[in-house]
Amino acid sequence: MATRTIGENVTTTTTGVRRKTFSETYVGEWITTTDHKMIGLMYLITGFFFFVVGGMEALLIRTQLAEPNGKVLSPDVYNQIFTMHGTTMIFLFVIPVLSGFGNYIVPLMIGARDMAYPRMNAFGFWMLLFGGIFMQSSFIFNQAPNGGWFMYAPLSEITAGHAYLATPHMNADFWLLGTTLLGISSISGSLNFVVTIFRLRAPGMSINRMPLFTWMILVMSFLLLFALPSLTVASGLLLLDRHVGTHFFDTAVGGDPLLWQHLFWSFGHPEVYILILPAFGMISEILPVFSRKPIFGYTFIAWSGVAIGFLSFTVWAHHMFAVGLPSVAQAFFATSTTLIAIPTAVKIFNWLATIWKGKIRFTVAMLFALGFIAMFLIGGLNGAALAVVPFDYQVTDSYFVVAHIHYVLFGGTAMAVFAGLYYWFPKFTGKLMNEKIGKWQFWFIFIGLNVTFFPMHILGIFGMPRRVYTYPGNMGWNELNLMASIGAFVLGIGVLLFLFNIVNSLKNGEAAGDDPWDAYTLEWDTSSPPKKYNFLEIPVVRSRRPFYDKKYPEIADWKSVIH
Amino acid sequence: MRMPVFSRTKRWLALLGCVLLSSILLSACGDEASTSILNTAGPVAADEKVLFYVVVVLAAVIFLGVEGWLVYSIFRFRERPNTPNPYQNHGNLFLEALWTGIPTVVLFILLFFTIRGLLQVAPEAQPKDANTVTVEAVGHQWWWEFYYPKYNITTADTLVIPAHTTIHVDLFSNNVIHSFWVPNLTGKTDLIPGHDNTKWFIADKNGTYTGLCAEFCGTQHGNMRFEVKAVNTDSFQSWISTQQQTAAAPGNSLAQQGQAIFKNQCSTCHGIVGVDVTQFYNPQQFCNDSLGAGHNYPTTDVHCLIGPNLTHFGSRDLIAGGVLTNNSQACNPTDPNIMKDCHLAQWLNDPQGIKPGNDMNIGQLTTDQIRQLVAYLEGLK
Repeated sequence: MATRTIGENVTTTTTGVRRKTFSETYVGEWITTTDHKMIGLMYLITGFFFFVVGGMEALLIRTQLAEPNGKVLSPDVYNQIFTMHGTTMIFLFVIPVLSGFGNYIVPLMIGARDMAYPRMNAFGFWMLLFGGIFMQSSFIFNQAPNGGWFMYAPLSEITAGHAYLATPHMNADFWLLGTTLLGISSISGSLNFVVTIFRLRAPGMSINRMPLFTWMILVMSFLLLFALPSLTVASGLLLLDRHVGTHFFDTAVGGDPLLWQHLFWSFGHPEVYILILPAFGMISEILPVFSRKPIFGYTFIAWSGVAIGFLSFTVWAHHMFAVGLPSVAQAFFATSTTLIAIPTAVKIFNWLATIWKGKIRFTVAMLFALGFIAMFLIGGLNGAALAVVPFDYQVTDSYFVVAHIHYVLFGGTAMAVFAGLYYWFPKFTGKLMNEKIGKWQFWFIFIGLNVTFFPMHILGIFGMPRRVYTYPGNMGWNELNLMASIGAFVLGIGVLLFLFNIVNSLKNGEAAGDDPWDAYTLEWDTSSPPKKYNFLEIPVVRSRRPFYDKKYPEIADWKSVIH
Repeated sequence: MRMPVFSRTKRWLALLGCVLLSSILLSACGDEASTSILNTAGPVAADEKVLFYVVVVLAAVIFLGVEGWLVYSIFRFRERPNTPNPYQNHGNLFLEALWTGIPTVVLFILLFFTIRGLLQVAPEAQPKDANTVTVEAVGHQWWWEFYYPKYNITTADTLVIPAHTTIHVDLFSNNVIHSFWVPNLTGKTDLIPGHDNTKWFIADKNGTYTGLCAEFCGTQHGNMRFEVKAVNTDSFQSWISTQQQTAAAPGNSLAQQGQAIFKNQCSTCHGIVGVDVTQFYNPQQFCNDSLGAGHNYPTTDVHCLIGPNLTHFGSRDLIAGGVLTNNSQACNPTDPNIMKDCHLAQWLNDPQGIKPGNDMNIGQLTTDQIRQLVAYLEGLK
């Protein structure tokens, strides 16, 4: 900016005083930026904003269900709220926040000056923001999507066969167009990650030396690239059904509603791993630093991530065990689901081995990382239970599954996101987050999440179906529902503490210095926050812990380990 | 009044105990809810329950082992003053092989049970039983209709079956996807337009078991319940022969006036055999062609009904997808305060208030009309 000369795209006033161009104003700089760090921060801010939106939707759901015969929400509004809760959390919180961390951290970690395609990077962010606003704006028209985040046909068709009641209004259109916009954002982002990671690594950083977070972002990007087209195609077909008069999912003239389910879940299951793999990556960065040890079994963690990526494309029909597939097909999908649990177990054991005989520092980031292991284990165990097909017949579409996804996505991904934010916040801002408030937040989140989601296992066992807007008082579900609702508000307090801590630390946070954690990877080998160009000199990498090598040359990894 | 408070506290404590120890003790908590999948009353649900226990035992062992390892590490290896820097261990191939191998073995043991259980409850495993009763379960938005092809009768909300007999269910929907679930008797199978899904189950003891729709099917998905009533074979046969009759004639003048209102205002959507339709008929046959619901076939008086067939309404336990019970003993048609306790009267007075969004969009009835309709409908035993 400052190096521009007058006459080159800069306006001067008659007095000769140079007036700022739009891109030099504070707002203009954010809007026009192509810097991966600013874009990363915008992803994070957008993601956390929608986290609050989705969280308020969750609190409405739990308020309605706190008591039997709840009257807080009408059934139509409830269906909109639970649909948008799932959609918001998955598409507008988890994916953007993970992309935000990836955008900010990956180029720094691999010693690059920016992403490979900076302008496409900005494009991806703005598509996300407008897609998100578009989707949430449906509430203004009282036509928010109401068919569930899975948008099953024929309920999402304009009319369903001979039914009088499907989705005649625009509710489903908001969802179908909105997810398509978000899909474009994700595709451009993923392409950018793949090219950046393959082409812009610092000298010496072989694939085999990349930080594990970078590995997992790479796998996530490939999953998005191969999974999203399936959703986009399905959405396109459904839009054609709804507005052009085709019959892809309409039985009356030879279409098939199951086609939607196959297309949706061949996106939807890889999607689940899209939401968790980067979390695995963050945990694999944070545990070693606060255990003062390298990650245990780097190769196994990296390649088990790749294995999960491949296998995730073979398990989609485990969402469909109740649709009447042939027994042989069900046995196949039970087997593939069993297989995908193995690499997941391998990761957990490697994390435990990483902290074993370490020197554990209980920073808030580490607390959340350890909490992640404890909670994700539950999400893994009840997930493996769902692969037991006959048991699944009983608990699929019951609250047991709600418990499962929340142990994976809240106990797993959200805990990792909190860990990641406490870990990298000093890099983003140059300031430390308040550890004391952070510890309070951790305990509110940890207790709140178990009080909310553990009873849901039992509700499922007790026969409570999902997605019901209310329930009668004589089913034996009242106390457990009340417990879950109380837990949800405890979680809400935890999130408020988190937001307060961010704002407060931005204003009053202690100066962090460039490397507050004595960390191992390259993003800490530059100023906090980093300059536009990231590194004065591009570092040369000789092992998996380049910054450790630089700080401790006598005991550098490359002297003792060959990789 | 101390006792209820005490028992309430006890109930909370019991539930809290279940939450804390559920992985081991869930069987003891199964009685808390009538629809618990652990209160099994038949072989299909029992086979599914066995797998639940297999899963719980394996998961509990893994859970305790791994969480124990984690918690031990957290306490044992926390940083203390003068802790030396740890040994920089990058990995160990033997350990990796070990903890790849052990989960693989455990998971494949689980897979063995999975596939064995799968084959036990699959449609192909249905026992060859000469007495098998076939029913057609039809999912509507948002209530269940049951048709017995062999006996040619139609009923709604309550599926009456003989105990100790194989029940074969054909699952049919002409609208959106629903899912048939009776937790005490069998897990779920979806009703998908265009797909001929079937399932089977057996009730081992007489009793009433709640069924629920388990696939999100629109506004009132939450109020789409039914009940399965298992009775002994004799009672079943006598129930069948009652149901095969045409509707009872109105017993008094109130009921006669009620019948007149029915013919006038209700018969567009509802059928009563002997009043506005001449016979029972298979809903699948008349609701699965392009003419659509509500269409009248010119040559017969049968058509695809929008609402439940009410021929023997008075013999049913539930109203409108289980949103209310049919408490006929509280329904005295001569009582001017009938709306106070009689659920049918409440339903007729305000169906959209009780179950918003349902198809029963009727004009406001007067109290007299409601009393007449109650007198008529509750008399249809």
